[in-house]
Amino acid sequence: MSLSYLTPEFKVLRDYDKCINCKVCMRQCSFEVHSYDEHLDKMISNDMNCVNCQRCVVLCPTQALTIIKHPQTFKEHANWTYDAIRDIYRQAETGGVLLSSMGNDRPYPVYWDKIVINASQVTNPSIDPLREPMELRVYIGRKPDKIEIDENLNVKTKMPPQLKLETPIMFSAMSYGSISYNAHAALARAAEELGILYNTGEGGLHKDFRKYGKNTIVQVASGRFGVDREYLNTAAAIEIKIGQGAKPGIGGHLPGEKVSEDISATRMIPPGSDAISPAPHHDIYSIEDLAQLIYSLKEATDYQKPVGVKIAAVNNVAAIASGIARAGADYIAIDGFRGGTGAAPKRIRDNVGIPIEFAIAAVDARLRSEGIRHTISLVAAGSIRNSADIVKAIALGADAVYIATAALIALGCHMCQKCHTGKCNWGIATQDPNLVKRLNPEIGYKRLVNLVQAWSHEIKEMLGGMGINDIESLKGNRLMLRGIGMTQKELDILGILAAGE
Amino acid sequence: MKKVYVKEEVCVGCRLCEVYCITSHSKYKDVLKAYKLETQRPTPRIVIEENKPVSFSLQCRHCDDAPCVKSCITGAMQKDPLTGVVTCDTDKCVGCWTCVLVCEFGAIIRDVNNKVASKCDLCAEAGEPACVKNCPNEALVYSEGGISV
Repeated sequence: MSLSYLTPEFKVLRDYDKCINCKVCMRQCSFEVHSYDEHLDKMISNDMNCVNCQRCVVLCPTQALTIIKHPQTFKEHANWTYDAIRDIYRQAETGGVLLSSMGNDRPYPVYWDKIVINASQVTNPSIDPLREPMELRVYIGRKPDKIEIDENLNVKTKMPPQLKLETPIMFSAMSYGSISYNAHAALARAAEELGILYNTGEGGLHKDFRKYGKNTIVQVASGRFGVDREYLNTAAAIEIKIGQGAKPGIGGHLPGEKVSEDISATRMIPPGSDAISPAPHHDIYSIEDLAQLIYSLKEATDYQKPVGVKIAAVNNVAAIASGIARAGADYIAIDGFRGGTGAAPKRIRDNVGIPIEFAIAAVDARLRSEGIRHTISLVAAGSIRNSADIVKAIALGADAVYIATAALIALGCHMCQKCHTGKCNWGIATQDPNLVKRLNPEIGYKRLVNLVQAWSHEIKEMLGGMGINDIESLKGNRLMLRGIGMTQKELDILGILAAGE
Repeated sequence: MKKVYVKEEVCVGCRLCEVYCITSHSKYKDVLKAYKLETQRPTPRIVIEENKPVSFSLQCRHCDDAPCVKSCITGAMQKDPLTGVVTCDTDKCVGCWTCVLVCEFGAIIRDVNNKVASKCDLCAEAGEPACVKNCPNEALVYSEGGISV
């Protein structure tokens, strides 16, 4: 092979005054960056392989390691940037589609950061959530047009099936295959402890996790992996996956080498075979077709479970959502363009789709204008980074949010964006038994519980500050938001006023 | 008695237990100084078994009827009747390696520099064994009566 023009992206700085040659870094690096040279009697590093996942940095007992962005640059050029040139080298070498992982990392505006939240002063009292009751519980599902009660004040109206969430947060879809068994174990256990739900993704439900059924949403995606009667009936809800924020319009491909015995049994495909999810569902070419699948799934589960539809946020999201509501779905999950993935073509990830902030606002406004907002719940996904993002999403009209990247970061993910290599040093996005062990589900589930509890406390504090004692009173309450540094058009789409107005 | 147990399914094979075992039995009780300053670095008191993906650290099991104590020709190997901890008095040890031969677990290590037997003392001075305290994945547990798998 001829010379590669690629130079290292990162540089490993080793403080030899601190390095004790214990080789922990070497043993922990699946990318084979570190090695011991017996002639030099020194640990040495191959910067070329480093992906900046920082496993070695965190485990080094003497803090001898620092990873920095490699100082080697090209001649400065505002148009032909470092990434632009490198991508061409990579493609000229391989002739392939560039792959990447996790969410869009381009510097698009983050609208959450241009929105600020209101608080009460003088004319209406704020509430202290530590001293007064504060309700975060939400129900996901279709709500009836009206509630009828009999003379004894019992509800006569038959309620459609609902999902009860103790806090408006769920773990979004990540398949067994894209993430490890231990990662799934941690998510499932945390969901149970928190009284929320996690989502299996499209890779089926491992038999070990059937016991978490009441905290599980199972997905039916275009590959229909792992779908059988038991799968559908074990879960609390079923989600039809149409699209994903990181790669709208694109299917999925789990390479055969990742389809182990265990994954093959869970996905119900032969071991070692590629698991291909087509870009479309080949039986869905219209809203009517979608309605047919929704009602097929409802029929299969005796109308006992909510059936949701997940779509990527794209140009006509409001009209599509209206169609989905009318097709009979109980909830719609909308995944913005910063949503994560275990593998996506880089150009798709970085250029396709729209921000979740606009999608939620547009969908909520459209459904309300059509008088059908109550017929469907709205779940916002695609880079919810903290509790304030959740408060803003709910004030823009979401009923709850999905988090996944944040959950993985809680489990140890350092956002190196190398999930697609299957070499995740943190034991998350890998099926290598040597690496999967690194994620201890005992530790992982506690970290997830801590994260969601911490966010819930913060949401309560923000609600209290606004003088609101129930998350339901915040829903679609856009007067609680103001925009900073946005154009009038952006403010209009978000349906919020500018700060000071 | 409290012993060190290993959850082999989450042992990541980093060998930090070994690093901290050495540190705990060093003069300075500091990782950097133990490795950089001590002319003769202490021999680790644990054995790390590895056959990927399986790995675990093995420490003395402090047997009730310890063969090493019985077979010790000088009485250096003793089991404390109160705590149950088996320790080797290195002043008395002559390096005959009989204990190494009879240990059913292979948990006694030859400290060839000092020609004495080296074995886990549960970090008697520190309270909690250093390997347990510093295991990054909580694969080592210091408990009474074992762990449930």
